[in-house]
Amino acid sequence: MASSATSGGNTSTNHPYIPSTDLDRQEMLGVIGVDSLDGLLGDIPIEHRHPGLNLDAGLAEQELSTLFRSIAAENASSSSGYISFLGAGSYSHYVPSTVRSILQRGEFVTAYTPYQPEAAQGTLQVGFEFQTVICQLTGMEVANAGMYDGPTAFAEACLMASRVTKRTRIGVLSSADSRLPDTLLAYSKHQGNEIIVITPDATEIPDDLACIGIQSPNFFGEIEDVERLTKLAHDNGALSVVHVNPVALGMFKAPGEFDVDIVTAEGQPLGVPMAFGGPYVGLFACKKAHIRQMPGRIIGRTTDTKGRTGYALTLQTREQHIRRQRATSNICTSTQLIGLMVTVYAATLGKQGIKDLANLCYQKAHYAASEIGNLNGFSVNPISPGGTFFHEFVVKCPGSPSKINASLLNKKIIGGLDISDRYENGMLVCVTETSSKDDIDKFVKALSEIGASA
Amino acid sequence: MYPEDLKYSKEHEWVRLNGNIAEVGVTVFAQESLGDVVFVDLPAEGTEIEQFSKFGEIESVKAVSDLFSPVGGKIVEVNSSATDSPEVVNEEPYGTGWLIKIELSDTAQLDTLMDAATYQATLD
Amino acid sequence: MTITTSAGDIDRRLLMDRSVAGRKAFTLPESDVPAQKLPDSSFLRDDVELPEVSQLEVIRYFSVLSQLNFSIDTNFYPLGSCTMKYNPKINDELANLPGLADIHPLQPDETVQGAIRLLKNLQDDLGEITGLVGVSLAPLAGAQGEYAGLLVARAYHESQNDSARTVAIVPDSAHGTNPASAAMAGLEVVTVRSDDQGNVDVENLRELANESTAVFMLTIPSTLGLFEPNILEINKIVHDAGGLVYADGANLNALLGLVKLGDLGVDICHSNLHKTFSTPHGGGGPGSGPVMVTDELAKFLPKPVAMKTDAGYVMATPEMSIGAINGFHGSFSIAARAYAYIKTLGLEGLQSVSENAIISANYIQAKLRDKYNIAADRYCMHETVLSATKQKKRGVAGLDIAKRLLDFGIHAPTMYFPMIIDEALMVEPTESESKETLDHFIAVMRQIDDEIDSSPELILEAPHDLPVTRLDEATAARKPVLRWTAESNFLSS
Repeated sequence: MASSATSGGNTSTNHPYIPSTDLDRQEMLGVIGVDSLDGLLGDIPIEHRHPGLNLDAGLAEQELSTLFRSIAAENASSSSGYISFLGAGSYSHYVPSTVRSILQRGEFVTAYTPYQPEAAQGTLQVGFEFQTVICQLTGMEVANAGMYDGPTAFAEACLMASRVTKRTRIGVLSSADSRLPDTLLAYSKHQGNEIIVITPDATEIPDDLACIGIQSPNFFGEIEDVERLTKLAHDNGALSVVHVNPVALGMFKAPGEFDVDIVTAEGQPLGVPMAFGGPYVGLFACKKAHIRQMPGRIIGRTTDTKGRTGYALTLQTREQHIRRQRATSNICTSTQLIGLMVTVYAATLGKQGIKDLANLCYQKAHYAASEIGNLNGFSVNPISPGGTFFHEFVVKCPGSPSKINASLLNKKIIGGLDISDRYENGMLVCVTETSSKDDIDKFVKALSEIGASA
Repeated sequence: MYPEDLKYSKEHEWVRLNGNIAEVGVTVFAQESLGDVVFVDLPAEGTEIEQFSKFGEIESVKAVSDLFSPVGGKIVEVNSSATDSPEVVNEEPYGTGWLIKIELSDTAQLDTLMDAATYQATLD
Repeated sequence: MTITTSAGDIDRRLLMDRSVAGRKAFTLPESDVPAQKLPDSSFLRDDVELPEVSQLEVIRYFSVLSQLNFSIDTNFYPLGSCTMKYNPKINDELANLPGLADIHPLQPDETVQGAIRLLKNLQDDLGEITGLVGVSLAPLAGAQGEYAGLLVARAYHESQNDSARTVAIVPDSAHGTNPASAAMAGLEVVTVRSDDQGNVDVENLRELANESTAVFMLTIPSTLGLFEPNILEINKIVHDAGGLVYADGANLNALLGLVKLGDLGVDICHSNLHKTFSTPHGGGGPGSGPVMVTDELAKFLPKPVAMKTDAGYVMATPEMSIGAINGFHGSFSIAARAYAYIKTLGLEGLQSVSENAIISANYIQAKLRDKYNIAADRYCMHETVLSATKQKKRGVAGLDIAKRLLDFGIHAPTMYFPMIIDEALMVEPTESESKETLDHFIAVMRQIDDEIDSSPELILEAPHDLPVTRLDEATAARKPVLRWTAESNFLSS
């Protein structure tokens, strides 16, 4: 419980984060015209004032640093010698020094949302660059300044399709990561929407769907026939919503080439640390015709009173701070700082780098798949016959993937994701440029040994 | 500011009658309160609306307002120059900035609207 | 041609305008595996049109852009309701430690015991601070925490076979996310008036609260910076009607150690870690908006929730969870920063935060009340809402004053919010600012008021010395240009 002086006034201690001294406080209270802080708290019911908190005393910075290093040391990661083959929505990629360096700029890090554009041209121009990069990657006409993460972007895209088509039933492909329909359910369950599962090989869909939600590469790593499914959607008056992996777009055709209406993605693979799941940034792009139904922040170019180029938030009437309960979404962030990381990453990799990166992931994943496919008891199973995959694939194991993963862990290998709930003895393996051939060979050898004893 | 030949609603729309066709727009007061109009959302031609019901939205940079029709009937024409170049609503609210034309279902509805002097009095 | 001096001119060309074929900023390693067969060319795309620039150009471009921003690190930033306090550097450094930044969200629990322990400890601390012990860190922003809280309320009523409760009562002073989130949660929004003191009109609330009330959404302290004096009565009215009380914790920076929301009868609240708990705003996110509920409601929380078991720490799904509201576990590295902040301040430090924030806001209010109207002229909590109505009559609006402040290197207060106050300028100094900074702000605000009579054009045309003057936002909205294209590039525009 709180110890000293919890009633009647200045309990304030001096702290590196709080500049006011006792003398400052006395002077200010004098100007205000009260004897002590409690003179300002009259509206707080007295019986509940100063409840005392059961918290520890504050730590000095050095002690804090020690505490955090001990916490970090309890986790297994590449920095503690582990190799990992997990993907499924969060991906290990090398983060270039440029990204880390720019992320040190306090002028970006400690600014607020650019509501005063004259004092936020840095943030705004970066946001405009971000929107440009997302359009270039996806082949779409317009993009917003960012959503919370991939699954929320997908959920908002499906709800946007519902607004555009004025239809409530939302189709989602059965091959999608369950995180996508799960998040959509949480977003839509009280808005009268219904989620319908569509199989990837469907040739007919109900004629009252708002959209078909497609993940490509899908949860199992395979490229879907976005062109055919988009046409199927359009033939039935529905939109096509496609959730992509942005790194795959360095190599595979962009959704914009297939007349897709809305594209979403998890932005994390573009230079953002995995960080146990966040913060990430959701990517969101669409056809220009639908822009007024788009959720989130949008940055536009304009001019100032002297005719100079400048940038400002625009089309704000869609948003909650103006339209309130009729807004396109309740979102009031664009996850701008993570958008900055994505933008610096895209600028750093550039035209050649994004292509090289996609190819490197593809090469390593396909090498790993062919090596694992040669092992006794293991097979690399395309979910769809003749399927094409990018950097993730399903391995059918000779036994329970969770048991195999437990054995792998003893060898400091974090195996693929156990997806036996979706595919018998299935393990979803991801390989990116951060895995060396030695890492892959070590993983294959370990699987071989475990498989032989299984 | 408020032409004598028009009728006005308390929602700040005006009506100009030509035969049984009513031209509808927003008043100077409305466009000045909104500021720079940046977007006008209007219904499709052929839509039937009732008197005083919502027929669209008008937006400035930082505000959005519903548009309520001062008369009921069938919308026979929508002003595409208002949707394409919303600034005309600021520039000529009673002229090129008109919004929709309605084929009146009942001319008696006009009697429920205000004349210019009465409308102006509500603004003071 | 002649090159003129141009230190004041800023090169605003975009990356694509600077792109030169063949330049690069980065090299990827060569592949070390045998070449694999590529997919059929029908799958493959042409080049992605991304910039080609050198590494120095990347660094210089973004560094120069950063200098066009106001930020807490460089400017006093008294933006009301946003709690622009100092964002400690050590927190950024520690959140990026190996072992925290490089762990995958789907790793087995036994390989991330430290991470889950951190989350559990932060949950416990937030529960202690708010008096609401059920905590989920999953929400990725305040608006998501608020939405999750409303889903919890709905799930609770459904579990009581009371699903006809479909109304959210929201004060007219509320932030726009309150009604927007309520609408997403399928609730009808009913507005309760504020009285002339800026408090909830208790009689109006009494009329509105009934068997259809799902939840009453109260920002506390309110958006006027006031502590609701009738809070106990209000909560009783809502509870007697069978509804739940949701507190928007955006302004929690006023309450640390001074009062616990749970003690007041609040059932659900959220907190913005990027406000009260010092995590950076990042120019508009990432945020983090943990949701806190009573013990009784904890079983409905969004997943996951960190728990301690005999076998160690686990990420668990509450028994009757409303489900997943996003991809993984919330903003872990933001949570890590907030935890670092709480550990650094400790018990006495956190109390001191709120005490100093309150004193500073009241000091500004006291020093400006002869020049500016105060929205509710009584002691405030951590922020004060000025109303520039006297200035407006003399020809200068709140917006103009906000823009003029920028000329002095001071970020504008929050403008025109709450909407119930004409010409509102909401000032939140936070505990981070020294008395000298507050005195400078006060002097500038008084000088601007004097300028209305002596040189109004200075205010009406402000800002003068920033990278841009006022922008044509109408044209930006009428004819949106939202990305670089070859046709609309900088040089040809």
